[in-house]
Amino acid sequence: MLKILKYSFFDLIRSRWSYVYLLFYLLLSFVLLFLNQDLSKAVITLMNVIIILVPLIGTIFGVMYYYNSKEFTELLLAQPVKRSSIFLGQYLGVALSLVMSLVLGLGIPFVLYGLFQSSAIWNFSLLLITGAMLTFIFTALAFNIALYNENKIKGFSYAILLWLFLAVIYDGLFLMSLIVFETYPLDKFTLIATTFNPIDLSRILILLKLDIAALLGYTGAVFQKFFGTNLGLFAALSTLMIWVILPVLNIARKAKKKDF
Amino acid sequence: MIEIKNIHKKFGKNKVLKGIDLEIPDEGIFAVLGPNGSGKTTLIKSILGMVVPDQGEIYVQGKKTHANGLYRKNIDYLPQIANFPGNLGVKELLGMIKDLRGGNAQADHLIKLFHLEPFLDKKLSNLSGGTKQKVNIVLTFMFDSPLIILDEPTTGLDPIALLHLKELIQREKEKGKTILVTSHIMSFVEEISDEIVFILEGKIYFKGNIHQLREKTQQTDFEHAIAHLLKKNHA
Repeated sequence: MLKILKYSFFDLIRSRWSYVYLLFYLLLSFVLLFLNQDLSKAVITLMNVIIILVPLIGTIFGVMYYYNSKEFTELLLAQPVKRSSIFLGQYLGVALSLVMSLVLGLGIPFVLYGLFQSSAIWNFSLLLITGAMLTFIFTALAFNIALYNENKIKGFSYAILLWLFLAVIYDGLFLMSLIVFETYPLDKFTLIATTFNPIDLSRILILLKLDIAALLGYTGAVFQKFFGTNLGLFAALSTLMIWVILPVLNIARKAKKKDF
Repeated sequence: MIEIKNIHKKFGKNKVLKGIDLEIPDEGIFAVLGPNGSGKTTLIKSILGMVVPDQGEIYVQGKKTHANGLYRKNIDYLPQIANFPGNLGVKELLGMIKDLRGGNAQADHLIKLFHLEPFLDKKLSNLSGGTKQKVNIVLTFMFDSPLIILDEPTTGLDPIALLHLKELIQREKEKGKTILVTSHIMSFVEEISDEIVFILEGKIYFKGNIHQLREKTQQTDFEHAIAHLLKKNHA
């Protein structure tokens, strides 16, 4: 698997898109730092961008890479390599190269701006960890979609729909259900509904850490009340881990049964 | 060497293989023939484990084919369509496959044989179809495995390359290897194969050598004999 990971990773590193992605983050953080003139505020602004954007890029890149590397995959399938290694290797290649762009693109400007002397360093690392988690989650979901759909157009549409649903529609439905059922106790429902959406979960994770959870939304307040900050952090992180593990296991499972 | 027991496979509603039993002997060149869509490639891909059969078992060298695919170490496979990652160079591709398979690979004499030296640093997406097929052949023959599977090896080759390919196949045969070939070029099959198996609509229709086929169909010409087989079935 490591050999496949190596080839996928270097293949992506050489591609133009990784650089575009890296440049975008570099630009974004420089601009935010320039406008905010304050590391902590820049972290909060970045959070709002990352939580929407990282899933989108992860989904699109994942689907695109899978379909584009079909030839590579077919070549590998005739070699004495395990199927699960091929797909997990490719998945990790994509996810790691995206994470690298993210970490470098956000990290360099913040370090130059004096991150290590600032108190925002923990918040910033949490932001990076969440971004990395979201990349792993959405790339894995994208690979799942691509494995189930031979048709590129269908695969892309499902991927976009998935992102749209989790990033936008889910929150809307969630809010609506809260309004409709406002006469009932909704704490548990809110909690459970949140764990079903990794984007919401990441948002809460960061808000809990920034200690402004109560200010920003009902879910955050419930989460904080329920778990207290440290336990809440731990619970959110473990749920995110589950969001990574389950789709990855399904990649391995589906890859074993597929015909090429 | 290869034992295929009652293989069934369908894609959606389309039943491609309907119970194939086949034993491929240890030595010699074995040709799989059949019209388009008869299931040749599906059969070959089942042997390679790229297609998972719905029913039946396949044994390669006495061992059941396994999902982990490690038995493919003993198989050199030439795919029907030379699809390579376009952004790799020829040299990089050769290096990558060598690295992935391990073991020693001799590519240099093959590169010389097919005059691929000027293309070594070119990207695969910029190569012509025939040149890609030559790279494909180099990739297949650079390893020394006891079993070689060739799916339409002649596609896109010029006459000189075709001649070299035939020589290569003969040389591998003399080493006592099993070679499994599919092709639509009847003269090519007639020239190289020791035994043929004819697949029609997912079933084995004829198995034997060319001599037996001629006797069965009462045709002296191999191409006509095959055509006769097809016609008889459709009549």
